[in-house]
Amino acid sequence: MAATATREEIEGRVFKALEEFGAEPDQIGPDAEFEAMDVDSLDLVELAQIVEDEYGVQLKGEDMEGVKTVRQAVDLVMSKLG
Amino acid sequence: MNGRPEGSALVTGGSRGIGAAIAKALAREGWPVGVSYRSDSDAAEAVVEEITSAGGRAKALQGDIADPETAEMLFKTLEDEFGPVLVLVNNAGVRADGLSPQIDDEDWAKVIDTNLSAAFRLTRRALRPMIRARYGRVVNIASIVGQRANPGQANYAASKAGLVAMTKTVAAEVARRGVTVNAVAPGLIETDMTEGIAENLLEHVPARRPGTPEDVAECVRFLASDGAGYVTGVCLTVDGGLTA
Repeated sequence: MAATATREEIEGRVFKALEEFGAEPDQIGPDAEFEAMDVDSLDLVELAQIVEDEYGVQLKGEDMEGVKTVRQAVDLVMSKLG
Repeated sequence: MNGRPEGSALVTGGSRGIGAAIAKALAREGWPVGVSYRSDSDAAEAVVEEITSAGGRAKALQGDIADPETAEMLFKTLEDEFGPVLVLVNNAGVRADGLSPQIDDEDWAKVIDTNLSAAFRLTRRALRPMIRARYGRVVNIASIVGQRANPGQANYAASKAGLVAMTKTVAAEVARRGVTVNAVAPGLIETDMTEGIAENLLEHVPARRPGTPEDVAECVRFLASDGAGYVTGVCLTVDGGLTA
Protein backbone atom coordinates (compact mmCIF):
# COMPACT_ATOMS: atom_id res chain seq x y z
CA MET A 1 0.00 0.00 0.00
CA ALA A 2 2.77 2.42 0.88
CA ALA A 3 4.41 2.05 -2.51
CA THR A 4 1.24 2.72 -4.46
CA ALA A 5 -0.15 5.76 -2.60
CA THR A 6 -0.36 8.74 -4.93
CA ARG A 7 -0.02 12.37 -4.03
CA GLU A 8 -3.75 12.84 -4.65
CA GLU A 9 -4.66 9.98 -2.33
CA ILE A 10 -2.52 11.30 0.48
CA GLU A 11 -3.80 14.82 0.02
CA GLY A 12 -7.38 13.54 0.03
CA ARG A 13 -6.72 11.63 3.24
CA VAL A 14 -5.25 14.72 4.89
CA PHE A 15 -8.28 16.78 3.83
CA LYS A 16 -10.59 14.16 5.33
CA ALA A 17 -8.63 14.18 8.59
CA LEU A 18 -8.78 17.98 8.76
CA GLU A 19 -12.55 17.82 8.42
CA GLU A 20 -12.65 15.34 11.29
CA PHE A 21 -10.62 17.78 13.36
CA GLY A 22 -13.28 20.42 12.78
CA ALA A 23 -11.74 22.54 10.03
CA GLU A 24 -14.30 24.31 7.83
CA PRO A 25 -14.52 22.43 4.50
CA ASP A 26 -14.29 25.64 2.45
CA GLN A 27 -11.06 26.55 4.23
CA ILE A 28 -9.34 23.27 3.41
CA GLY A 29 -6.93 23.31 0.49
CA PRO A 30 -3.32 22.48 -0.41
CA ASP A 31 -1.99 25.84 0.71
CA ALA A 32 -4.22 26.32 3.72
CA GLU A 33 -2.24 26.84 6.90
CA PHE A 34 -2.99 24.53 9.80
CA GLU A 35 -3.05 27.42 12.21
CA ALA A 36 -5.66 29.29 10.17
CA MET A 37 -7.83 26.18 10.22
CA ASP A 38 -7.51 25.96 14.02
CA VAL A 39 -5.62 22.71 13.65
CA ASP A 40 -3.54 22.40 16.79
CA SER A 41 -0.57 20.36 17.95
CA LEU A 42 -2.68 17.42 19.12
CA ASP A 43 -4.45 17.36 15.74
CA LEU A 44 -1.05 17.12 14.04
CA VAL A 45 -0.08 14.25 16.32
CA GLU A 46 -3.25 12.47 15.28
CA LEU A 47 -2.58 13.27 11.63
CA ALA A 48 0.89 11.74 11.95
CA GLN A 49 -0.72 8.66 13.45
CA ILE A 50 -3.22 8.34 10.59
CA VAL A 51 -0.38 8.62 8.07
CA GLU A 52 1.60 5.99 9.93
CA ASP A 53 -1.34 3.60 10.17
CA GLU A 54 -2.40 3.98 6.56
CA TYR A 55 0.85 4.54 4.67
CA GLY A 56 3.41 3.02 7.00
CA VAL A 57 5.32 6.28 7.26
CA GLN A 58 6.65 7.30 10.65
CA LEU A 59 6.60 11.02 11.34
CA LYS A 60 8.40 12.17 14.43
CA GLY A 61 7.88 15.45 16.24
CA GLU A 62 11.01 16.92 14.70
CA ASP A 63 9.84 15.97 11.18
CA MET A 64 6.68 17.99 11.72
CA GLU A 65 8.54 21.09 12.85
CA GLY A 66 8.12 23.84 10.29
CA VAL A 67 5.26 22.04 8.56
CA LYS A 68 2.61 24.71 8.31
CA THR A 69 0.49 23.80 5.29
CA VAL A 70 -1.22 20.78 3.83
CA ARG A 71 1.16 20.86 0.87
CA GLN A 72 4.19 20.76 3.16
CA ALA A 73 2.68 17.85 5.07
CA VAL A 74 1.99 15.91 1.87
CA ASP A 75 5.52 16.71 0.60
CA LEU A 76 6.89 15.31 3.83
CA VAL A 77 4.90 12.08 3.52
CA MET A 78 5.86 11.71 -0.16
CA SER A 79 9.54 12.18 0.66
CA LYS A 80 9.34 9.48 3.33
CA LEU A 81 7.53 7.14 0.93
CA GLY A 82 10.11 7.71 -1.77
CA MET B 1 -25.99 1.82 29.77
CA ASN B 2 -24.16 4.72 28.18
CA GLY B 3 -22.52 6.17 25.10
CA ARG B 4 -19.14 4.60 25.48
CA PRO B 5 -17.68 2.82 22.45
CA GLU B 6 -16.92 -0.88 22.27
CA GLY B 7 -13.51 -1.79 23.53
CA SER B 8 -11.58 -3.38 26.31
CA ALA B 9 -9.78 -2.62 29.55
CA LEU B 10 -6.21 -3.46 30.56
CA VAL B 11 -5.20 -3.75 34.19
CA THR B 12 -1.50 -4.24 34.88
CA GLY B 13 -0.62 -6.21 37.98
CA GLY B 14 -4.12 -7.62 37.76
CA SER B 15 -3.53 -11.00 39.31
CA ARG B 16 -3.57 -10.01 42.96
CA GLY B 17 -4.57 -7.43 45.53
CA ILE B 18 -5.77 -4.07 44.30
CA GLY B 19 -5.28 -4.99 40.63
CA ALA B 20 -7.42 -8.11 40.90
CA ALA B 21 -10.21 -6.12 42.58
CA ILE B 22 -10.00 -3.50 39.81
CA ALA B 23 -10.13 -6.13 37.06
CA LYS B 24 -13.26 -7.64 38.60
CA ALA B 25 -14.90 -4.24 39.08
CA LEU B 26 -14.30 -3.26 35.46
CA ALA B 27 -15.59 -6.62 34.26
CA ARG B 28 -18.79 -6.01 36.21
CA GLU B 29 -19.10 -2.73 34.30
CA GLY B 30 -19.15 -4.76 31.12
CA TRP B 31 -15.56 -4.30 29.95
CA PRO B 32 -13.67 -7.30 28.62
CA VAL B 33 -10.54 -7.16 30.75
CA GLY B 34 -6.92 -8.00 30.09
CA VAL B 35 -5.38 -9.16 33.36
CA SER B 36 -1.68 -8.54 32.97
CA TYR B 37 0.71 -10.22 35.37
CA ARG B 38 4.39 -10.96 35.64
CA SER B 39 4.77 -14.16 37.59
CA ASP B 40 1.68 -15.52 39.34
CA SER B 41 -0.17 -17.27 36.53
CA ASP B 42 -2.36 -19.27 38.92
CA ALA B 43 -3.63 -16.10 40.56
CA ALA B 44 -4.21 -14.41 37.20
CA GLU B 45 -6.12 -17.43 35.89
CA ALA B 46 -8.19 -17.43 39.09
CA VAL B 47 -9.19 -13.79 38.44
CA VAL B 48 -10.09 -14.63 34.84
CA GLU B 49 -12.07 -17.66 36.02
CA GLU B 50 -14.00 -15.57 38.55
CA ILE B 51 -14.83 -12.98 35.91
CA THR B 52 -15.88 -15.47 33.26
CA SER B 53 -17.99 -17.53 35.64
CA ALA B 54 -19.84 -14.33 36.51
CA GLY B 55 -20.61 -13.86 32.80
CA GLY B 56 -17.81 -11.45 31.96
CA ARG B 57 -14.89 -11.69 29.58
CA ALA B 58 -11.24 -11.65 30.57
CA LYS B 59 -7.85 -12.89 29.49
CA ALA B 60 -4.67 -13.40 31.49
CA LEU B 61 -1.61 -11.85 29.84
CA GLN B 62 1.88 -12.70 31.02
CA GLY B 63 4.61 -10.09 30.62
CA ASP B 64 7.03 -7.91 32.53
CA ILE B 65 5.94 -4.34 31.86
CA ALA B 66 9.44 -3.10 32.69
CA ASP B 67 10.42 -4.67 29.36
CA PRO B 68 9.68 -2.03 26.68
CA GLU B 69 8.39 -4.66 24.24
CA THR B 70 5.70 -5.89 26.58
CA ALA B 71 3.43 -2.89 26.00
CA GLU B 72 2.96 -3.62 22.31
CA MET B 73 2.33 -7.30 22.99
CA LEU B 74 -0.31 -6.56 25.63
CA PHE B 75 -2.16 -4.05 23.47
CA LYS B 76 -1.97 -6.14 20.29
CA THR B 77 -3.31 -9.21 22.06
CA LEU B 78 -6.22 -7.32 23.56
CA GLU B 79 -6.99 -5.40 20.38
CA ASP B 80 -7.15 -8.66 18.41
CA GLU B 81 -9.33 -10.41 20.96
CA PHE B 82 -11.54 -7.72 22.49
CA GLY B 83 -11.10 -4.53 20.46
CA PRO B 84 -9.27 -1.30 21.25
CA VAL B 85 -8.11 -0.72 24.81
CA LEU B 86 -10.24 2.19 26.01
CA VAL B 87 -9.52 1.79 29.72
CA LEU B 88 -5.96 1.46 30.96
CA VAL B 89 -5.23 0.98 34.65
CA ASN B 90 -1.54 1.29 35.46
CA ASN B 91 -1.57 -0.64 38.69
CA ALA B 92 1.53 -2.84 38.55
CA GLY B 93 4.10 -1.74 41.05
CA VAL B 94 7.13 -3.01 42.87
CA ARG B 95 8.86 -2.04 46.10
CA ALA B 96 12.52 -2.24 47.04
CA ASP B 97 12.51 -0.53 50.40
CA GLY B 98 15.44 0.71 52.39
CA LEU B 99 16.72 3.88 53.97
CA SER B 100 18.23 6.08 51.28
CA PRO B 101 21.90 5.36 52.06
CA GLN B 102 21.12 1.72 51.40
CA ILE B 103 19.11 2.00 48.21
CA ASP B 104 21.53 1.02 45.45
CA ASP B 105 21.22 2.02 41.80
CA GLU B 106 19.59 -1.25 40.91
CA ASP B 107 16.84 -0.88 43.51
CA TRP B 108 16.28 2.71 42.50
CA ALA B 109 16.07 1.88 38.79
CA LYS B 110 13.89 -1.19 39.25
CA VAL B 111 11.22 0.76 41.10
CA ILE B 112 11.28 3.77 38.77
CA ASP B 113 11.28 1.55 35.66
CA THR B 114 8.25 -0.48 36.65
CA ASN B 115 6.18 2.06 38.55
CA LEU B 116 6.81 5.14 36.42
CA SER B 117 8.54 4.49 33.08
CA ALA B 118 6.43 1.44 32.24
CA ALA B 119 3.27 3.33 33.14
CA PHE B 120 4.30 6.07 30.74
CA ARG B 121 5.05 3.62 27.94
CA LEU B 122 1.69 1.91 28.37
CA THR B 123 -0.10 5.27 28.53
CA ARG B 124 1.64 6.47 25.37
CA ARG B 125 0.61 3.32 23.54
CA ALA B 126 -2.95 3.55 24.85
CA LEU B 127 -3.49 7.17 23.88
CA ARG B 128 -3.28 6.65 20.14
CA PRO B 129 -6.41 4.52 19.76
CA MET B 130 -8.14 6.47 22.54
CA ILE B 131 -7.57 9.74 20.71
CA ARG B 132 -8.88 8.18 17.49
CA ALA B 133 -11.93 6.83 19.34
CA ARG B 134 -12.56 10.18 21.07
CA TYR B 135 -12.91 8.17 24.26
CA GLY B 136 -10.49 6.84 26.80
CA ARG B 137 -9.87 6.40 30.49
CA VAL B 138 -6.41 6.10 31.98
CA VAL B 139 -6.17 5.54 35.72
CA ASN B 140 -2.77 5.46 37.38
CA ILE B 141 -2.47 3.85 40.78
CA ALA B 142 -0.29 6.16 42.83
CA SER B 143 0.13 6.14 46.60
CA ILE B 144 -0.13 8.52 49.52
CA VAL B 145 3.60 8.10 49.99
CA GLY B 146 3.95 10.28 46.90
CA GLN B 147 2.49 13.09 48.99
CA ARG B 148 3.60 12.27 52.52
CA ALA B 149 6.93 10.97 53.74
CA ASN B 150 7.31 7.31 54.51
CA PRO B 151 10.90 6.63 55.50
CA GLY B 152 12.38 3.70 53.65
CA GLN B 153 10.56 4.33 50.40
CA ALA B 154 12.44 7.13 48.64
CA ASN B 155 12.39 5.23 45.34
CA TYR B 156 8.76 4.18 45.64
CA ALA B 157 7.64 7.66 46.74
CA ALA B 158 9.50 9.30 43.85
CA SER B 159 7.92 6.90 41.36
CA LYS B 160 4.42 7.55 42.70
CA ALA B 161 4.82 11.33 42.88
CA GLY B 162 6.13 11.20 39.32
CA LEU B 163 3.08 9.22 38.29
CA VAL B 164 0.79 11.95 39.62
CA ALA B 165 2.75 14.67 37.81
CA MET B 166 2.60 12.66 34.60
CA THR B 167 -1.12 12.15 35.11
CA LYS B 168 -1.80 15.87 35.26
CA THR B 169 0.27 16.79 32.22
CA VAL B 170 -1.04 14.03 29.98
CA ALA B 171 -4.58 14.81 31.12
CA ALA B 172 -4.22 18.39 29.94
CA GLU B 173 -2.77 17.26 26.61
CA VAL B 174 -5.60 14.96 25.60
CA ALA B 175 -8.66 16.33 27.42
CA ARG B 176 -10.19 17.78 24.27
CA ARG B 177 -10.39 14.29 22.75
CA GLY B 178 -12.66 12.87 25.42
CA VAL B 179 -9.76 11.05 27.03
CA THR B 180 -9.38 11.42 30.79
CA VAL B 181 -6.25 10.65 32.80
CA ASN B 182 -6.50 10.42 36.57
CA ALA B 183 -4.70 8.92 39.52
CA VAL B 184 -5.87 7.13 42.62
CA ALA B 185 -3.66 7.33 45.70
CA PRO B 186 -4.38 4.51 48.11
CA GLY B 187 -3.34 4.79 51.72
CA LEU B 188 -2.96 1.79 53.95
CA ILE B 189 -4.57 -1.08 52.05
CA GLU B 190 -4.47 -4.69 53.18
CA THR B 191 -2.70 -6.70 50.48
CA ASP B 192 0.23 -9.09 50.22
CA MET B 193 2.38 -6.14 49.26
CA THR B 194 1.68 -4.17 52.42
CA GLU B 195 1.95 -7.12 54.79
CA GLY B 196 3.99 -6.18 57.82
CA ILE B 197 3.89 -2.41 57.40
CA ALA B 198 0.30 -2.01 58.51
CA GLU B 199 0.36 -2.23 62.28
CA ASN B 200 2.30 0.91 63.19
CA LEU B 201 0.31 3.06 60.78
CA LEU B 202 -3.17 1.97 61.69
CA GLU B 203 -3.45 4.17 64.77
CA HIS B 204 -3.03 7.21 62.49
CA VAL B 205 -5.94 6.23 60.23
CA PRO B 206 -9.10 8.13 61.25
CA ALA B 207 -11.27 5.39 59.79
CA ARG B 208 -9.61 2.98 62.27
CA ARG B 209 -9.33 0.22 59.73
CA PRO B 210 -7.07 -0.56 56.81
CA GLY B 211 -8.60 -0.10 53.38
CA THR B 212 -9.55 -3.03 51.18
CA PRO B 213 -8.65 -3.59 47.55
CA GLU B 214 -12.36 -3.09 46.84
CA ASP B 215 -12.25 0.41 48.38
CA VAL B 216 -9.64 1.33 45.77
CA ALA B 217 -11.35 -0.55 42.93
CA GLU B 218 -14.54 1.40 43.49
CA CYS B 219 -12.70 4.69 42.93
CA VAL B 220 -11.15 3.31 39.76
CA ARG B 221 -14.54 2.05 38.58
CA PHE B 222 -15.90 5.57 38.92
CA LEU B 223 -12.98 7.25 37.17
CA ALA B 224 -13.19 4.69 34.35
CA SER B 225 -16.93 5.22 33.90
CA ASP B 226 -18.63 7.17 31.16
CA GLY B 227 -20.10 9.43 33.84
CA ALA B 228 -16.67 10.63 34.96
CA GLY B 229 -15.95 12.22 31.59
CA TYR B 230 -15.41 15.70 33.03
CA VAL B 231 -13.06 14.52 35.77
CA THR B 232 -9.47 14.62 34.56
CA GLY B 233 -6.03 15.34 35.92
CA VAL B 234 -7.00 14.63 39.52
CA CYS B 235 -5.50 12.39 42.13
CA LEU B 236 -8.21 10.80 44.22
CA THR B 237 -6.92 9.84 47.63
CA VAL B 238 -8.48 6.78 49.24
CA ASP B 239 -6.93 6.46 52.66
CA GLY B 240 -9.61 6.51 55.36
CA GLY B 241 -8.62 10.07 56.21
CA LEU B 242 -4.93 9.38 56.85
CA THR B 243 -3.72 12.44 54.96
CA ALA B 244 -6.74 14.60 55.75
